[in-house]
Amino acid sequence: MNFDLSEEQQLLKDSAWRYGADHGDFTAWRARVERGEAYDAASWRRMADLGWLMLNVPEDDGGLGAGPTETMVVAEAVGRYLMLEPFVSTGVIAPTLLTAATEALRAHLMAGLAEGKLVISLADAEPNGRFDLNRIATRAEAVEGGFRLTGAKSHALDGGAADWFVVPARTAGADDSQDGVSLFLVPAEIEGLTVMRSRAMDNRHNASLKLDGVVVPAENLIGGLGEGFPLLRDAVDRGVVARLAEAVGAMDAVREMTMEYLKTRKQFGQTLGAFQALQHRAVDMAIACEEARSMMYLAMIALSGVPAERRKVIAAAKARVGQTSLYVGRQAVQLHGGVGFTEELAVAHYLKRLIMIDMAFGNADHHRAELAASLRPGAVAA
Amino acid sequence: MNLDLTPEQSAFRDEVRAFFAENVPESFKSRVRAGMRLEPHEFTQWQKLLHARGWGAPSWPKEYGGTGWDPTKLYIFETEASRADAPVQFHQGLELIGPIIFTFGSPEQKAKYLPAIVSGDDWWCQGYSEPNSGSDLASLSTRAVRDGNEYVINGQKAWTSYAHVANRMFLLARTDPDARKQAGISLFLIDIDTPGVTIRPVVTMDEIHHTNEVFLDNVRVPPSALLGEEGMGWSYGKVLLDRERGVTAATTTRLAQQLRGARKVAAETLVGGRSLLDDPRVADRLAQFELEVMALEGMVMRTMAEATSGQDSGPRASMIKIRWSELLQQITEYWVELQGYDAMAFAPLGPFEAPDAWAAKGMIYSRVTSIYGGSNEIQRNIIARRALGL
Repeated sequence: MNFDLSEEQQLLKDSAWRYGADHGDFTAWRARVERGEAYDAASWRRMADLGWLMLNVPEDDGGLGAGPTETMVVAEAVGRYLMLEPFVSTGVIAPTLLTAATEALRAHLMAGLAEGKLVISLADAEPNGRFDLNRIATRAEAVEGGFRLTGAKSHALDGGAADWFVVPARTAGADDSQDGVSLFLVPAEIEGLTVMRSRAMDNRHNASLKLDGVVVPAENLIGGLGEGFPLLRDAVDRGVVARLAEAVGAMDAVREMTMEYLKTRKQFGQTLGAFQALQHRAVDMAIACEEARSMMYLAMIALSGVPAERRKVIAAAKARVGQTSLYVGRQAVQLHGGVGFTEELAVAHYLKRLIMIDMAFGNADHHRAELAASLRPGAVAA
Repeated sequence: MNLDLTPEQSAFRDEVRAFFAENVPESFKSRVRAGMRLEPHEFTQWQKLLHARGWGAPSWPKEYGGTGWDPTKLYIFETEASRADAPVQFHQGLELIGPIIFTFGSPEQKAKYLPAIVSGDDWWCQGYSEPNSGSDLASLSTRAVRDGNEYVINGQKAWTSYAHVANRMFLLARTDPDARKQAGISLFLIDIDTPGVTIRPVVTMDEIHHTNEVFLDNVRVPPSALLGEEGMGWSYGKVLLDRERGVTAATTTRLAQQLRGARKVAAETLVGGRSLLDDPRVADRLAQFELEVMALEGMVMRTMAEATSGQDSGPRASMIKIRWSELLQQITEYWVELQGYDAMAFAPLGPFEAPDAWAAKGMIYSRVTSIYGGSNEIQRNIIARRALGL
């Protein structure tokens, strides 16, 4: 039982935090957001130079083949410094999915994402599926030399900036079956694909998709035909844990800001921190951060564990981190008073980021229900 | 980062698991699961059982009769105890005075008192709180005045749990009324049958006699009853702060027992032939407890891993105490809700068939857990001041 970082992991953490501190100036951040860019291309290239985008690329593909701990360390910095670059979609989820891609595409796409030249987004959600990963009504039918995809995707994280999408589509089975799901690589610029881009409240550029008979070559199929669900699940689990780390990083940062405010802001002739009601709130925020961090560690460790236990712990962690992070984010705004409600302080942006992370890949209620289902007598892991 | 056990730790876990499987008395289990305390004679029975196995003082160093286990082993021990519905050991001797005696006591005091704590032959009660000194303990007014070769103690103690079964008492009394609040306080170790000690029972809302008022009326004790130095009594308590991690871990691992109990009732309660577990409202509530308990267990694991490698855990032990007591209350409350009318049979008045009626008592008892040992409000004050710098 050990929750310490190795020496190398600690160095990575130091470097990620240093990068964040050097590039995370809030005024510059807001200026970038106001320019309306999905992310900053120069920052993205620097992250590639730091090796962050190679962490989840296997060594055979020229990557670092690092473990979940390294991903967690970087994702925490992403949250702490409100980075907008598509680290989780392209740096964590995509390389996991690409491990089963065909030789023709795998080398090219792995190299492209590792160098910061490509953004690859998973279009995992569907209009009729809400947060259920297995509810896939988008169809793929075999045609001469490839597959034709028809359907709709309601959400693709970082899809607003994507060069490629990974699109789960059904090649067999009922709409909610885990069997018969196939994964396809679809370029953003292709006939029949409509990418509807939107900016989320946290300034991330996402997308929803319409696929109207999009034809892709056979080599764009990832993994076995109809056998894509376990890989999809694995990639999303890894993405979820990375986003939990991002949330924990953001929670700590916004809590620290709030503590600073409580110690400096004066009203009625004393600092806000002198009021017991606010002291107790601050303690509850600190406890929430401790709970969230503990859950995030358990989920990260569970990624290497047995599947049934892994699903249970990750669902519990997604739910608890969601609950505690929204508490911390909302209290941070509350304790800052009026200025906390403005766009001019980072506090508001942390809350908006935390709200979006809770929603990503299913909110707290969804994951609590998944946990409840996994606890039923005779339940099997989804 | 990992949760792996070393081969030695795995072997230890198996050994502990086997011991608990064979030695936890069946009659304890349903009350333990409900988060209740055992009867005093049962506590002693359990202590003697552990002592016979060499595990009487799991958190103590070997030289004082403890096991010398590191915090990870202690955590494994408590987790296995929880799994087997084993009780928590009674803590006032083992955790509240024992460590002060082995850290600050004289060789004579160590020899006289420590072995009997480990063996379960002595029962210690704590004379700290007073009617007018609860959360503000340092305002206590019990006096100890030196008179020739004796101290004469006068005052009144409140919330003295198990004074009615204890043979010894550790108490705080003011030896210097002119010194600053904390500085004039000394710690005494006395026999409960010393003339002048009067005990009045206080029955608590769970209808159990755990606690008492203790009147000290010209209680004369020898100078050897003083632990350490005069006026230093308050400061000795600091040694307990560092040990708090182990104590909270021991109690917190038991939440799994209450969760199991509540879940069992939900599974077995049928409405129109369908189990309550099939009701999504029930499944959600239970899942919520499950994930909060999991988060708390994660906090405990981190704390114990840090303690093993000698790292500071900051205020996490106080945080765990707050969350443990809140969850114990909420889970036992919900357990009682799940029981419905079965929970109304608080005290059967004759032959009465009711499944496991302890949950209601456990729920009522749990109210004290956010009050004792420094109320949750005091805990929050302490965290705010010491850890957050407010």
